[in-house]
Amino acid sequence: MLSVHELTKSYRSSGEQLAVLRGVNLTLVAGESVALTGESGSGKSTLLHLIAGLDSADSGNIFVDGDSISLMSDGARAAMRRDRLGLVFQQFNLIPSLPVIDNLAFQARLADRYDDAWQDELVERLGLGALLDRYPEQLSGGQQQRVAIGRALAVKPLILLADEPTGNLDEATADEVLKLARDLVAKTGCAFLMVTHSARLAETLDRQVHLSSGLIL
Amino acid sequence: MRRHLWVLVALLSHWRRHRTQLATLLIGLMSATALWSGVQALNQQARNSYDRAAAAFGGGKTAMLVGRNSPSISQQFFVDLRRANWPVSPVVEGRVRVGGRSYRLIGIEPVTLPDGASAMSKMGQAQLEKFFSSSGLTFVGPETLADLKMKEGELPSVDGGRPLPPLALQDQLAPGVLLVDIGTAQSILSMPGQISRLLISDQNVGRRKALEEVAGDRLLRVEAGEPSDLDRLTSSFHLNLTAFGLLSFFVGLFIVHSAIGLAFEQRLSMFRTLRACGVSSKSLTAVLVAELVTLAMVSGIAGLACGYFIASFLLPDVSASLRGLYGAQIPGQLSLNTQWWIAGLAMSILGALLAAANGLVRIYRLPVLAAAQPYAWQQTQQRWLKRQGAVALFVAVASAIVVYVGDSLLWGFVFLAGILLTAALALPVILGIVLWLGQRGAKRPLAKWFWADSRQQLSGLSLALMALLLALAVNVGVGTMVASFSKTFTRWLDDRLAAEVYLNATSTKQAGEIVAWLRQRPEVDAILAAWRTDVTMDGLPVEVLGFADHATYRERWPLLEFQPNVWGKVRSGTGALFSEQLSRRLKLRLGDRVTIPAAKGAWDVEVVGIYPDYGNPKGQIGIDIDALSSRWPDIDRTRFGLRVAPERVADLVAALRERFALDSSRLVDQASLKAESMRIFKRTFSVTSTLNAFTLGVAGIALLTSLLTLANSRLPQLAPLWALGITRRRLAFIELLKTMSVAFLTALLAMPLGLLVAWCLVAVVNVKAFGWRLPLYVFPVQLVELLTVAMLAAIVATLIPVWKLLRLQPASLAKIFANER
Repeated sequence: MLSVHELTKSYRSSGEQLAVLRGVNLTLVAGESVALTGESGSGKSTLLHLIAGLDSADSGNIFVDGDSISLMSDGARAAMRRDRLGLVFQQFNLIPSLPVIDNLAFQARLADRYDDAWQDELVERLGLGALLDRYPEQLSGGQQQRVAIGRALAVKPLILLADEPTGNLDEATADEVLKLARDLVAKTGCAFLMVTHSARLAETLDRQVHLSSGLIL
Repeated sequence: MRRHLWVLVALLSHWRRHRTQLATLLIGLMSATALWSGVQALNQQARNSYDRAAAAFGGGKTAMLVGRNSPSISQQFFVDLRRANWPVSPVVEGRVRVGGRSYRLIGIEPVTLPDGASAMSKMGQAQLEKFFSSSGLTFVGPETLADLKMKEGELPSVDGGRPLPPLALQDQLAPGVLLVDIGTAQSILSMPGQISRLLISDQNVGRRKALEEVAGDRLLRVEAGEPSDLDRLTSSFHLNLTAFGLLSFFVGLFIVHSAIGLAFEQRLSMFRTLRACGVSSKSLTAVLVAELVTLAMVSGIAGLACGYFIASFLLPDVSASLRGLYGAQIPGQLSLNTQWWIAGLAMSILGALLAAANGLVRIYRLPVLAAAQPYAWQQTQQRWLKRQGAVALFVAVASAIVVYVGDSLLWGFVFLAGILLTAALALPVILGIVLWLGQRGAKRPLAKWFWADSRQQLSGLSLALMALLLALAVNVGVGTMVASFSKTFTRWLDDRLAAEVYLNATSTKQAGEIVAWLRQRPEVDAILAAWRTDVTMDGLPVEVLGFADHATYRERWPLLEFQPNVWGKVRSGTGALFSEQLSRRLKLRLGDRVTIPAAKGAWDVEVVGIYPDYGNPKGQIGIDIDALSSRWPDIDRTRFGLRVAPERVADLVAALRERFALDSSRLVDQASLKAESMRIFKRTFSVTSTLNAFTLGVAGIALLTSLLTLANSRLPQLAPLWALGITRRRLAFIELLKTMSVAFLTALLAMPLGLLVAWCLVAVVNVKAFGWRLPLYVFPVQLVELLTVAMLAAIVATLIPVWKLLRLQPASLAKIFANER
């Protein structure tokens, strides 16, 4: 499903070249859930961004369902994100001017894969039935993140990528949100890669991968 | 396509939640389109009427022969040229007054008239027979018929003269034209045996002799398609209007730029989310362009409707100005073609795209992750500010080069645009430096915050402040120019209109009777002959005035430059005085020798003086009255100025009117003439004043809308101060003080800039446009008034956001500190 080979990435900072990823290899299969852990600055988010096609690697290859991201144009990467990936961020990143119901359906509609029955199931499982007409600013953090997960899964992605999805939530809410995400991932059969600081949450996933100084240990 | 629609739905949903911002954008585009299209409507209306006027028997559409050195030619040329196989048709033209208003009387000979030279092709057989009959016909257009307040078949009378033939309607005729048979026109205009021009048909009538063989060098061929007199004379007036329209358009675009920039900034997180959901940068940019075009079309239509009303509102003044200045007749009813509507909409769309171009390029280029960084946009703005300073410097240098190199009106406007652009671009840089100095000098923490926060706010306000600077500078510039002109014009009128009474007898015979009668009147101190004739020099129409040998002229005639013993040289017939615009057009200096094409042959004179002749589109030469009558023996000797004790003017005018049946078009006292001149002067500049007020109003709206848009994003800056114990009332006062300080600094900078604009208008633009230069006066009271108006506009613009802040619930401020909502 996802295959990362010898991935490197460096940034220029204060005139110096700073290597963030120094030959990362990683593989995810369908239905597998993996937690990516590491210190701050270890390159977790960078790796996730590269897999999502939000940034370009210096060298190495990323294959999503057999297609190399490195060879894709900006338009092709956007199409890949739209059709095959689901993204969840720490800051929720909902569209503030659209109500919950439209936020949920947004990516699925873009991908032309909107499914009424699946949408209803997501609403029910995520407990969003009473919130459909509300706007993001009228929701709590936990509620916003549930909408973000629903939006990412509405498209039935091959891989769900989550960058610190519970970083802004209290412990109980974080547990609840992550449980919902795991259940829905299991239901869709997609792969799940989550960046997290929390060892406790990481343990709830199938596998833990630790990134340190730009390398997977 | 459906994908793009969903993205568009998401983008448009932003406006539903930010209605003030949407209103800002729409108002900006609407104001820009309205002012631009309003001015263009006026120009189009005037140009249509010039085209119609030019198409009336000569000028524009038909080639013709005119006198090389005189405004009229002998009718014998018509006979000689027809015999030589030239397909020519004679036209006589002059001005007559009917019911106190001036009209263009044209006489034609319909049998030889070329096809397409006029509306006459539509004349039916019955009308043609009537036209040739002894009673004849006077053809008029619908506007002229309405002006005359008459119906078809009625007989209008030329003031103090004979009646014209019965009126008949010809829809195609230009406003202000009375069309009669050539014989009738020659008789009414006192041009027996004379014609104004010969129209040349393009029909092939076989071999014809060369023009020089028939007429020597006395006729000049003017090809079809050359600009008409009205086109040429009024082009400066319309260029001025266009420049104003363009300035207002750009001030409007400042609002649009500001609103779009902020909308882009506020939607950065949305753009990131859209990109993360799989929308490519190309697709996002395309949908943003579609959104912008949709908004521009909506506001463009509303702007066009407003533009129509602005044009209708200004049209009477513009018509009066053009009639007063150039004798051009513009119909009072606005009629616009589809081209105007399409052009207006296109301007609105192009303006919106232009205002958003910078933001669109940045959205297209900014990587997804960089866009997500919260201060990426502001940092880019800071970099942009530095580049702006460099561009300002470059434009300043380019403008300085233009003023030395350029030699046309267009270059004058380029220079004007250059200095305005330099100042606008430099404004944020200058304000930034002043605020930085303030911050460095501040000691108390709140004062330090005041200056630092003002600097931070500057990027959001700078466009509105630039609009305010431009509007104020143009107001100061145009206001100073008009006031300087008014002061100069009033003095000039006092000197120029020295005689207390002006009369124009109906004939030389009547003039003789009047002079004999006046010599018996003890109250008349002097009778000054004021005869004149018209010549053509270097293709330009020139009036030649005769000065009587009298102290009135020697002591009062205004002169800009003159040689010693100037009046002695004029009296001796060796020297002549030239109007400023003619001396500039012919590039003459004192001491130069000029050949005047007099009726009795070329006459060589020396330029001994140059005098101002404000508002006259024609050139003028002043010579001794005896020289005039000896070199043009056939001129009308009907005009006189009378020196009379002021208290006895009314009695003398009444007596003249009663005895010689002279109406107000032929007999006028100095006070009435001055009042009429001042009325025309004021109407000419009333359009400018109205456009000035509109531009200042738009700048006020720009400031208000920028402040309103910024108000919401101010909360994170203000909430910490509130939490530290500063009351909302005090915060509101600080906000007011901050805006007022930057507005005051801007207004202060606008004053010297405005004076520079005024200098450019009087020393560069006026000279290129009209041929005369004005002395520049500074009116401190006017500057203080404008500064006050600017501060009042800033207070009004600031009050609404400050009032909103005062009424803000503490919960809204507390919300800023909540991590989880």
